Amino acid sequence: MNASSKSIGQPLDRVDGLLKITGQARYAGEYPEDGLLHGSVVSGSIARGRVRRIDASRALTLPGVVTVIDHTNRPRIASDDEPYQDADAAEGSPFRPLYNDQVLYSGQPLALVIAENLELARYAGSLIEIEYEAQDHQTDLAILQNEAHPAPAELPKPRGNFQGEYASSALSVDVSYSTPIEHHNPMEPHASTVLYQPDGSLHIHDKTQGTQNCQAYVQKVFGLEKDQVRVFAAYVGGAFGSGLRPQYQLPLAVMAALALKRSVRVSLTRQQMFTFGYRPRTLQRVQLGAAANGRLLAVAHTAIGQTSRFEDFTEHVVEWSGMLYHCDNVELTYKLVPLDVYTPLDMRAPGAALGLIGLECAMDELACALAIDPIQLRLLNYAERNENEGKPYSSKELRECYAQGARRFGWDKRNPEPRSMREGRQLVGWGMAGGVWEAMQQKASARASLDANGQLTVSSATTDIGTGTYTVMTQIAAQASGISLENVTFILGDSSLPTAPLQGGSFTVSSVGTAVQQACEALNEKLLAVARQTCPAFAGATLEQVTFADGQLRLGEACVSLAELAQKSGETPLQVQVTAEPEEKRQAYATATHSAVFVEVLVDEDLGTVKVNRVVSAIAAGRVINPKTARSQILGGVVWGVGMALHEETLTDHALGRHMNHSLAEYHVPVNADIGDIDVVFVDEHDEIVNALGSKGVGEIGIVGVAAAVANAIYHATGKRVRDFPITLDKLL
Amino acid sequence: MNPFHYSKPDTVQAAVDLSSPVSRFIAGGTNLLDLMKENLTRPEHLIDITGLPLADLSETPSGGVMIGALVSNADLAWHPWIQRRYPLLSQAILAGASPQLRNMASTGGNLLQRTRCYYFYDANVPCNKRRPGSGCPARDGLNRMHAIFGASDQCVATHPSDMCVALAALEAVVHVVGRGGARTIEFADFHRLPGDAPERDNQLADDELITAIELPAAGFAEHSHYLKIRDRASYAFALVSVAAALELDGPVIRQARLALGGVAHKPWRDRAVESWLSGQTVSRETFTAAADALLQSAEPLEHNGFKVRLARRAVVRALSDAALVGGQA
Repeated sequence: MNASSKSIGQPLDRVDGLLKITGQARYAGEYPEDGLLHGSVVSGSIARGRVRRIDASRALTLPGVVTVIDHTNRPRIASDDEPYQDADAAEGSPFRPLYNDQVLYSGQPLALVIAENLELARYAGSLIEIEYEAQDHQTDLAILQNEAHPAPAELPKPRGNFQGEYASSALSVDVSYSTPIEHHNPMEPHASTVLYQPDGSLHIHDKTQGTQNCQAYVQKVFGLEKDQVRVFAAYVGGAFGSGLRPQYQLPLAVMAALALKRSVRVSLTRQQMFTFGYRPRTLQRVQLGAAANGRLLAVAHTAIGQTSRFEDFTEHVVEWSGMLYHCDNVELTYKLVPLDVYTPLDMRAPGAALGLIGLECAMDELACALAIDPIQLRLLNYAERNENEGKPYSSKELRECYAQGARRFGWDKRNPEPRSMREGRQLVGWGMAGGVWEAMQQKASARASLDANGQLTVSSATTDIGTGTYTVMTQIAAQASGISLENVTFILGDSSLPTAPLQGGSFTVSSVGTAVQQACEALNEKLLAVARQTCPAFAGATLEQVTFADGQLRLGEACVSLAELAQKSGETPLQVQVTAEPEEKRQAYATATHSAVFVEVLVDEDLGTVKVNRVVSAIAAGRVINPKTARSQILGGVVWGVGMALHEETLTDHALGRHMNHSLAEYHVPVNADIGDIDVVFVDEHDEIVNALGSKGVGEIGIVGVAAAVANAIYHATGKRVRDFPITLDKLL
Repeated sequence: MNPFHYSKPDTVQAAVDLSSPVSRFIAGGTNLLDLMKENLTRPEHLIDITGLPLADLSETPSGGVMIGALVSNADLAWHPWIQRRYPLLSQAILAGASPQLRNMASTGGNLLQRTRCYYFYDANVPCNKRRPGSGCPARDGLNRMHAIFGASDQCVATHPSDMCVALAALEAVVHVVGRGGARTIEFADFHRLPGDAPERDNQLADDELITAIELPAAGFAEHSHYLKIRDRASYAFALVSVAAALELDGPVIRQARLALGGVAHKPWRDRAVESWLSGQTVSRETFTAAADALLQSAEPLEHNGFKVRLARRAVVRALSDAALVGGQA
């Protein structure tokens, strides 16, 4: 069989683009309903203690305020941990909103006001008085770092003899880095609209990266039947990991809907977007020992991350240091410090975005110590295999990333001497770093359905968090089915659709895309079977002989439209559902995406202001399904990486135990004026192992390594190593 | 946000007559609405002044420019008179906020912006400016953004405006009308230092409405420069900003004006340094000496010591660039 239309690889505009720019795409907090009630969350102000009393009397006297729910009058919710342990839960005892009088962190939701409109609910919320019994708290990772415990994560075992080799290395670096708390801050704040159905079941529009995760959570936490809860997420205005776990607005909205038997919406404010998961602060130490010729002899990477007192959040921070370079003597350590804070949460390239700061800045420091070009040092220590797993890579074109990135950037014109390049008052710095992210695949299902008019509908319960899932799945389906793009529709964001994993980890194309491809192939087999029975010309045709193209089945001169076959099938629509799993052959290989990032900065010699003037990001991620949406992913990652390097930091007042810059005015992300030219290069990478599409996913890799490349460029410009991120101008004065 | 009454008077007198201790005038609302949404201020009555005839610029008999309080920040910055005669003011306005905010924000309102101190902006924590007597967590807390001049035990906040820094340097005059009639306030006296009443940002009485800002004839158009240093390239408040204006006679400074933003509860001027500069010759040494003298009285907090270093360099840079404008020095 072959399908001749080549929709994969086309820079197709987003199929949902028109709906989005014309405001027709509805987000979770935008579904209208007659009689909809509005909730406003009242957030706590102490970091640890208990609630002595909540006085809602003034709020309740306002006409239009329906109820105030707190831990004393909430509907029944589960009392074990298990129902709260969603598909992305950290180890421990998940947070339960309004469960009891315990205050576990500052900003914790302590009451929910329900009123006839949002403004009234918010005003009523401001009248609620909460009396606390405060206890001593600690929110400062640095203070408790010596009490860190080993993270409950499976790390690669130490290999070789790090201590011995490090001690006898000709050259070594031993450097510490720190990275701050960062909050996801998607454009769309979290919201849930719970539409109470006449039969008492709930239709919920939620901001989430997993409709089925939220469906299961609500069902279990509230003790409902499966068919009583259906969760939708047709459009998601960015999430970056913040929607991987059900966030507290969801159970709060459900509580109110069940208690009142009414439809309810709860939207969080921007300030409240700083009251749940975040990228944790880390303290890192990297030790590299090398021979005089630049060969790495010893690598150790220790990371200490913060977590809550109720869950141990883990991510892959240090593994990359045993993987990106060839080294026989490696020791990786990862520890956690519980604090009076909420549990951290995966954020774009969780772990890697942090660990690669330590590793790739340290590699730059080593290159300087050795007086070797940073790319040369990386090539000298190129890892042909993933030495953590002892497996070859299914494909790895990182060398090409270095080469093509360097060429596009003009790296060969670099004077390696710090402070050697300038333009007027601006010191010019060129830096680079590499990046790596796992290419994962998870089990996923999809349904393909062809109607009598030849319209193909493919569906799966995945989401589109702005990455372009609608678009790339449409392309995959069109190519696999031989039906032109305009006759293909992809449906997602509904928990009743075929099972899909959470949308995260850059594995949606690999997982759901494979399922979509297989569903379309299975549909083709079914169509051929119909043709064999109903069209004499195809009587003995095999899949290998026929072609599916332009909505037709062809064999030599013979051709029949797929619409006609659907009509003749007797099934309307003609439908198949498949479940795709990672292929066995993956087992023998390591699979990963890679990048090389090159950055030019201009640093004002007197004032310390940094401008990232130019970035070249060269990416090896297998086959690119849609160069336009894939490029957008990398652009977003680069911009965020610049923010990690220079701007982003959630500031915590440790005396109050509270995040203080909880607005987009004071929590700085880069603005357009901060971003110069970004050149994205996808290098060719052929991979027949990773999945049948040969595509690895690009959501995370764009951010990895960027912050290190910026920091390395700043060193090259100024001769200053700033190891405490973000690199704000005060650290360069 | 609390419920409130709303009025939209047609005349300045009517607006003033409507005012009370629980009312607020609203024009662009670019700061007031934020404060209300965060429950930081809860006026019971909003008096919408956008219907008042205060949206024009005119020339004054003494050769200056009278700017109606309702002229938008954007219109002011791009006005040909301002661009040509008072480029310092134009630069300062365009260094602030975002195009959307500048389109909404009024000239009068810009003077009344409240501090962006994190603690002021969070109704759940103490703040003497918001709740007198409740304490100042910034003094020993997150004070990287805070004042190095003129702070008090009660308050270490800074004034966030860029426009006001230029107006201070240009010695603008604020025209106000209250129940007791009209009066004028020298710009240097308009904003106040926190002292033991940090809740009061300025000298306006509750019933007083800003009607206009008057620019004197001297615009220092030949030699002025506004330099703003911030944590990102746009839409961030100043860590330090400098409005520098010089009147030169060849290489000799006849008159100098120097105002700093982001360093105090009001635009910060040091008259002694300004007068020392007059008669000096333009040089890096002169400007460095002026910067050193200006920064001598700085009192940094735990996390904003860098502002002293930064301000010193910014003053030198701004004066140097001001001197260079027009090709001198």
